[in-house]
Amino acid sequence: MLRILHDTKIDFIRLWKITTIVTLLFTVPGLIAIAISGYHYSVEFTGGTLMQVSFPKAPDVGQVRSTLDAAGIKGAEIQTFGSDTALVIRAQDPREVAQQTRGAQSVATEITAALVSRYGPKDKAFRVDRTETVGPKVGAELQQKALYAILVSFIVTLVYLAWRFEWRFGLAAVIATAHDILGTLAFIKYLHLEISLIVLGGVLTMIGYSLNDTIIIFDRVREDLRKRRKESLYDTLNRGVNETLPRSVLTHTTVFACLVALALVAGEVIRPFALVMMFGVVTGTFSSIYVAPVVLLWIERKWPRAVGERGGVGPRSVRDTPSSTQQQPKRRKAAGQS
Amino acid sequence: MATIRNRIILILVLVAASIWALYPRTVKVRELRNGVWYDTTQKQVPLKKGLDLQGGMYLALEVDESKGAVANKAEAIDRALKVVRNRIDEFGVTEPDIRKVGNDRITVELPGIKDEQRAQQLVEKSAFLEFQITDKTGALDKVMPRIDQIVRNKGYDKQAPGAAGPAPAADTAKNAISSLFTPSDSGKAKADTGKARAAAPTKGAARQADTGAAKSDTSDTGILNGASNGPFSRLIQQGQMPGEYYVSTTDVPTVSRYLAYPEIAAALPPGKTVLWGTTADLGTGASVTPLYVVDTKPIITGEYLTDAKPATDPVEGNIVQFTLNSEGGRRFRQETGKHVGDYMAIVLDGKVMGRPPVIESAIGTRGQITMRGQPLQQVQDLALVLRAGALPVPLKVVDSRTIGATLGADSIHDGFSAGVLGLVLVVLIMIGYYRFSGFLAVIALGLYVLFTLALLAGFSATLTLPGIAGMVLSVGIAVDANVLIFERIREEMARGKTTRASIDEGFRHAMTAIIDSNVSTVLTALVLFEIGTGPVKGFAVTLIAGIAASMVSAIFVVRTFFLLWLNRTRGARTLSI
Repeated sequence: MLRILHDTKIDFIRLWKITTIVTLLFTVPGLIAIAISGYHYSVEFTGGTLMQVSFPKAPDVGQVRSTLDAAGIKGAEIQTFGSDTALVIRAQDPREVAQQTRGAQSVATEITAALVSRYGPKDKAFRVDRTETVGPKVGAELQQKALYAILVSFIVTLVYLAWRFEWRFGLAAVIATAHDILGTLAFIKYLHLEISLIVLGGVLTMIGYSLNDTIIIFDRVREDLRKRRKESLYDTLNRGVNETLPRSVLTHTTVFACLVALALVAGEVIRPFALVMMFGVVTGTFSSIYVAPVVLLWIERKWPRAVGERGGVGPRSVRDTPSSTQQQPKRRKAAGQS
Repeated sequence: MATIRNRIILILVLVAASIWALYPRTVKVRELRNGVWYDTTQKQVPLKKGLDLQGGMYLALEVDESKGAVANKAEAIDRALKVVRNRIDEFGVTEPDIRKVGNDRITVELPGIKDEQRAQQLVEKSAFLEFQITDKTGALDKVMPRIDQIVRNKGYDKQAPGAAGPAPAADTAKNAISSLFTPSDSGKAKADTGKARAAAPTKGAARQADTGAAKSDTSDTGILNGASNGPFSRLIQQGQMPGEYYVSTTDVPTVSRYLAYPEIAAALPPGKTVLWGTTADLGTGASVTPLYVVDTKPIITGEYLTDAKPATDPVEGNIVQFTLNSEGGRRFRQETGKHVGDYMAIVLDGKVMGRPPVIESAIGTRGQITMRGQPLQQVQDLALVLRAGALPVPLKVVDSRTIGATLGADSIHDGFSAGVLGLVLVVLIMIGYYRFSGFLAVIALGLYVLFTLALLAGFSATLTLPGIAGMVLSVGIAVDANVLIFERIREEMARGKTTRASIDEGFRHAMTAIIDSNVSTVLTALVLFEIGTGPVKGFAVTLIAGIAASMVSAIFVVRTFFLLWLNRTRGARTLSI
């Protein structure tokens, strides 16, 4: 039997000071950078025009830029995309976007015309692989929808946690998730990724994924608390993390392997998503080991359980102490789950 | 034993159902060959590919209110939806998707479209056909001085210095026009009239000469010349028939701008409308655009049209022949009977098509629209939109995505490669680490891929590029359930339990964790499904389908394998895990 990290007894929680510093060092500069210069948002959100154009030979980006400038297309951003021969042109300047109120495709038509006049007929001298033209109204709508989605997913997650765990565990899981979100926001900033719908999808998926990691450790802790009543919470938390370690390592390895495959092979459109998720796997693992248990410990010390609750995070204590049976219906429900 | 048999039967049924759901079936495909659509049949796996995978176009349309508010938008959009659907059906796109979103938006998905501009025009064109009698009272001439006055007083002529266009070109054009249409004139005609005239007899101009000369011997020329120094009137030259004027094409933006000012619009003669015609090339390098003054009230509109087809006329070139229904024919006959000797402008979407013909006698149910040398394809498209009916309101594109077929094919290829690579990595990890049990999990993983695809086909969900990414990702997540179970089995075995007991305990205890982790992922996927546009929706759908399939494959199927193994190796005590 091949075993990795079997029966480990690592004192993870002891390292909390170092890991907190690591987290802060990673996250805070990123958040400051976001506060200063914000994000780059995709055409879907800002409105505007995106065109992916490929040429038979690698074009001179400067020349394409001057061609567009000459045609009066202001502030277009031009980048190579995947290979030298493919360019992505983004016209997101507010003036260009405003022009699209009359018809979303007007700027795309202008760009095509400018390229035709410089390079020759379309489909011969160059090929338009992808066009996205978003009017300002649709962009604003999507912004609102995205904001709404983030809020809804938070609420749904909170409701689920409240129903699943008693509040101390739930709060610890929420804080761990918040840590992951902030870390991911900083990560997106560091990599200069564009905030698009697909990146947002990555972030939301990442939240779900990192949360279930925390849930699995907490489940184990709850089970251990029920079995080993004499052990301190500190030890139980460490034990829970250690016991789930092989599972964590293996699952994260398989998911990570799939994400690496996506990032390497699936193309430019999917890569940002894969990168965000890869970071999500890392930070999710980190937070469920170093953030959630540490926060839980802190919460338990700050708001200790009542006498009837002592040592009994798990439901068995509820059954053992008849006095508290009536007052703890929520945790009894949790017992039915496990 | 009975339970194992039932389990195996259930698994076999599921596999059979999945294969049936994915079995290639014959579908009708419309194919474009030499410009004509043919219906052919093809064997296809019933998995719907999204636009980002097969290439195509997505459009979101809304009512365009820039030219006036629309009273009942919701009702108008319903009717517009019908018209757009008719047109797309006639155009012949394989599996188009046209639907109303919310109250005020139509979305159109056209897979496999090559000429996106043409498709867009087809959808956007209002195709509102009207027949309007040109003005013969010289109404515009009468108000011309006043318009000049307004332009001068308000300083409109100074507002856009660039609007007059590149001056030399405009001058040449104007000279050409003056020399063409005011041949007898003194002051304006330059010495080289002969040259201009020699160049003049192009298609349009030649006919103008004979039709125009007969009718337009009005006294208007005098008025026009008198006022022709005004900022407005100097841009406009008398045409060849009543109500017709010519504007050098370079001046069209300026004149349009003037006409758009509310004061000027108010100064125009009541009951009359000013419309642009189709630009004609004079052959001298300059071109003119005719401007028509017509009665605002059309004698008849395109609502009575029953058929329209493209044709080629030896004299007129490409034309669209149309037929009116009997009621329309009666009205048309009646109205044209009243207007014998007048000119009738055929107005499509506010633009006069061709030169208004003179009404020689009452016209019945048939007529034609001259396209002035436009390519056959455009003539075909016009016939098509006329047949399909006019849009009740003008529409504009508010959002569009176009993906080339090459890029789509690349995406499928890349997504597929990523899937294979991911799968291979997962298989290696699982078998390498869990050996025999890992092998069982890998077989279950194969079933998982089959089930997921079958679910997508069964619910006719659309497979998109992010959807493929979701599938690849859920391969990684799918084995999580097995990892949880196997780790638990190992722990139970380490505690000294028998293999059978360990397996039972492992499955039982791992269940909570498995359900938990899947629920949180499904919840986020549902939220994504709610907000996402096409491709991201695809991601959410495949993620949900993947999780549902993994519950069956990782738990039920693997459990069955273990039970089977336990039965076969009755004495064996060590499980390779």
